[in-house]
Amino acid sequence: MSALLNIDNLQAGIDGTPILNGLSLSIQPGEVHAIMGPNGSGKSTLSYVLSGKDGYEVSGGDMMFEGQSLADMAPEERAIAGLFLAFQYPLEIPGVTNMTFLKTSLNAILRGRGEDEMDAASFLRLAREKSRALGMNDEMLKRQLNVGFSGGEKKRNEILQMAMLEPKLAILDETDSGLDIDALKTVAEGLNALRAPDRGMLVITHYQRLLDFIKPDVVHVMAAGRIVKSGGPELALELEKSGYAEYVGETVNA
Amino acid sequence: MSEAKASIDKDTVDQVAKFGGEHYKYGFTTEIDVDKIPNGLSEDIVRFISAKKEEPQWLLDWRLDAYERWKSMDEPDWAHVDYPKIDYQDLCYYAAPKSMEDGPKSLDEVNPQLLETYSKLGISLQEQEVLAGVKKIAVDAVFDSVSVGTTFREELAKDGVIFCSFSEAVQEHPELVKKYLGSVVPKSDNYFAALNSAVFSDGSFCYIPPGVKCPMELSTYFRINEANTGQFERTLVIADKGAYVSYLEGCTAPMRDENQLHAAVVELVALEDAEIKYSTVQNWYPGDKDGKGGIYNFVTKRGDCREARARISWTQVETGSAVTWKYPSCILRGDDSVGEFYSIAISNNMQQVDSGTKMLHLGKNTSSRIISKGISAGRSSNAYRGQVNVHPKAAGARNFTQCDSLLIGDKCAAHTVPYIEAKNLSAVLEHEATTSKISDDQLFFCQQRGLDPEEAVALIVNGFCRDVLQHLPMEFAVEAQKLVGISLEGSVG
Ligand SMILES: Nc1ncnc2c1ncn2[C@@H]1O[C@H](COP(=O)(O)OP(=O)(O)OP(=O)(O)O)[C@@H](O)[C@H]1O
Ligand SMILES: [Mg+2]
Repeated sequence: MSALLNIDNLQAGIDGTPILNGLSLSIQPGEVHAIMGPNGSGKSTLSYVLSGKDGYEVSGGDMMFEGQSLADMAPEERAIAGLFLAFQYPLEIPGVTNMTFLKTSLNAILRGRGEDEMDAASFLRLAREKSRALGMNDEMLKRQLNVGFSGGEKKRNEILQMAMLEPKLAILDETDSGLDIDALKTVAEGLNALRAPDRGMLVITHYQRLLDFIKPDVVHVMAAGRIVKSGGPELALELEKSGYAEYVGETVNA
Repeated sequence: MSEAKASIDKDTVDQVAKFGGEHYKYGFTTEIDVDKIPNGLSEDIVRFISAKKEEPQWLLDWRLDAYERWKSMDEPDWAHVDYPKIDYQDLCYYAAPKSMEDGPKSLDEVNPQLLETYSKLGISLQEQEVLAGVKKIAVDAVFDSVSVGTTFREELAKDGVIFCSFSEAVQEHPELVKKYLGSVVPKSDNYFAALNSAVFSDGSFCYIPPGVKCPMELSTYFRINEANTGQFERTLVIADKGAYVSYLEGCTAPMRDENQLHAAVVELVALEDAEIKYSTVQNWYPGDKDGKGGIYNFVTKRGDCREARARISWTQVETGSAVTWKYPSCILRGDDSVGEFYSIAISNNMQQVDSGTKMLHLGKNTSSRIISKGISAGRSSNAYRGQVNVHPKAAGARNFTQCDSLLIGDKCAAHTVPYIEAKNLSAVLEHEATTSKISDDQLFFCQQRGLDPEEAVALIVNGFCRDVLQHLPMEFAVEAQKLVGISLEGSVG
């Protein structure tokens, strides 16, 4: 059985600056992996390269998603294939309601998979159910996408989108930052509810806190554009105590 | 700029190109026998048109006077547009389908080719049974220089509503035409209005009697078909005391390599407590991506809130035309009268738009509201030109203006040219303006959620236009949203 995601010796950068320097990582269906690492180590860059943001150049290595190379796929094709990115900094789209955005997104993905679009009534029911589960009221659905949302509300909104789209692989870039304790719990519950044998998650975080709620199968340490150590959940606890000093020195000039 | 960045911009620009000339759906030509006069403009041509319409002497005199004045006027050059000099002697001023020769006919007799043309455009000239829940829309269809049919006339007549072609109105309701024609836009108001006054060939006429709420939407559908032909139509809408009407206007033309002139005049008169909502979806052929061909849309539209508490609201979605020169305006004469202008102007490729409004506050406690959304892409130029003028006697006048520009790519231009003049100290005038770009990050965000770039741009532009789209009548909003490239906005929530 092929890995859900297999990254092998990935090298990528932007504007001629290398950022990912031979990164390897493999996620099996059903697994949750966490990536931790100092600021600027390339965690968000990895998420952008995987999801196909324009401007990032892949200069070497492979990224295989369910055995298919991601490199030549447009961002929306990757989304349709089941790859989801919860943004570290979610974007605002003035004038477009949350509801309209969710519906446009869901239908674009269904269409892309050759399935029927969802009718208005079923969509509305689904959106209400999912948003209530995340502790968001119906008013939030009528508001313009992320406009005037607090930091935590934006993050929660990302998870709502994920819950609606039910991706095969979710990359969560610091979804926990900016959430208050209760929100963190709700969001973690939402994520746990999405855990499934055929689904994987790559959770980028700076804090052990989130990992108390979503127990990862593997924890990776990233520094200077590479995975420098991998281990079990206990690795996160270790990092919490001793920081990254040990890893940062080692990879200079890698 | 990096190559990657340049390619992003290029993609965005290409996507938006699809809203413009390259995908113009209405560019077909109708092959039909026409009665067309030789090119050129002279007193004889003015007399010919008037005679063709069997007009009374007063109207011929009115036209001739307009023609005399036009000859001494200069084409305006203050607008932010640039086009080769128009040779007014090389235009045809009258072209009509031969089948219309004996004057307007009943709908059953309209040439089937014309009916088909309109049905291809999505306009029904048949008064078929309408589905339950769908509102009826009465249509006056203007093809080149003449009205080819007006639907639901009898039904409207039951409420005393007069809705017919301008030519018929001259024959059947000369007193109304005489009273109101040129009373809002004087015949020598400006160069193009004077030209129109001399040679206008047809258009729509509408009168709503006192206290009547017009039972259906009224609409005019303009189609320019003939090559080298100008379209000079005139629309006159009168809402008598306490009356209400919602009026829609749509326009398309075939794709042709040469430019064509459309110089229309629309006059609205709202009497005491009357309300007129006038909406336009302007989709004239914009020319190709290099700026070849397209319509010159030089239009004068003005509404007069002639008496107390009258309301006039203009809503326009301007997506077509090579060059647009258009300022739907309101004269707020009656005390407590209200004028509104909601506009979406999209320019792409080589299109040029200079559009906006004038709000002239004359009466006490008059108020006006202007919401303008300009979207420029390609190498186009898009100017908002707005004037708010408060007369010394207009105590308590209020205006709110919001003027937003959205740029797509970096070869287009947006300009905002507001003129504000308040001669009464009690006036409260607010003006807000913003300029923004669709960011690559926003596009990527949408793509990450499964939208292709074209859908992403459509969604973002739709959001940007939301405040204006909300003001369109339902029946038109659909067409407008599609035009702006949109599928879902407004269907939920
Ligand atoms: N557009 C760009 N041009 C040049 N350098 C960039 C660009 N984007 C990111 N970088 C650099 O790449 C490196 C990795 O950035 P990235 O955002 O991936 O880090 P991160 O691990 O997500 O950090 P954080 O924990 O602060 O979110 C940083 O040094 C950053 O300055
Ligand atoms: Mg980051």
